[in-house]
Amino acid sequence: MSRRPYVRQIERSWWLSRRRYFVYMMREATCLFIALYSALLTDGLLRLSQGPEAWDSYVAAISSTPGVLFQLVCLGFAAFHSVTWFAVTPKAMPLVVKGEPVPPKAIIGAHFALWAVVSLIVFIAAGI
Amino acid sequence: MAKSSKPILWLPFAAGGMASALVTPALIMVTGLLVPLGLMHLSYEKMAAFAHNPIGKLILLGVVALPAWHAAHRMRTTAHDLGLGAGPGVKLVCYGSAWLMILLSVFALLMI
Repeated sequence: MSRRPYVRQIERSWWLSRRRYFVYMMREATCLFIALYSALLTDGLLRLSQGPEAWDSYVAAISSTPGVLFQLVCLGFAAFHSVTWFAVTPKAMPLVVKGEPVPPKAIIGAHFALWAVVSLIVFIAAGI
Repeated sequence: MAKSSKPILWLPFAAGGMASALVTPALIMVTGLLVPLGLMHLSYEKMAAFAHNPIGKLILLGVVALPAWHAAHRMRTTAHDLGLGAGPGVKLVCYGSAWLMILLSVFALLMI
C-alpha cells in the first residue's frame, strides 16, 4: 500500500446524471438505513438489559409517530436492499448442477422463496 | 505482495448482506408496523426470556451485528464512490460505528 494513495477528483453528483447511476446509488444508500436500524435494535437490547420500565419506554418510542415514520423509510430501503441483493445472487454464486448451469431466474426465485419463509419465521417468533 | 485484508472484511459483508436481505424487512415490519398498530405485543417477559436463552442471544446478536457490518463495509465503498477517499478516517467512521453497535449489543446481551 502506498502511504499517500492517489485520490482522483470526481464530481460528487456524478450519480445524478443517469438513471442507472442513480439506482446504483440508491442501492448503496440502503446501507445507511440498515445501519440506522441496527442502531435502533442495539438501543433496544440495551433498554431490555435495563429492566421492564426501560423496555416499555423503548416500545413506546418505536411506536410513536416519528418512530414509525423513521422505520417505514428504513423498511423501504431494506426491501430495496433485499430485491437488489437477490438480483445479483446468480452472479455472486453461480450454481452448476450435473454439468448444467442453473438458470439465473431459478437462483433468484429460490432466494425470494427463502425470504418469504424467513419472514414468516420472524412473524411467528415475534407473535408467540 | 502485500497481504490483503479484503477477504476478512468481505466475508462478513456477504453474510451480513444476506442476513439483512432475509431478516431485516420482516423485523422492521414487526417493530415499525405490527407492534405500533397493536397487532403484536413485545412484552418485557417474552423478550427477556428470549434474550436469556443462549441461542436467543446468538440470534439477537446476529440480526444486529451482521447487518451492521454489512452496512459499514458498503458505506466505506460508497464513500470511495463519492470521492471521499479511502483513508483511515473513513474506515474509522464506518467500521468504528459497526464495532460500537456490536460491542454494545454484546454488553447488553451479557447483562440480560
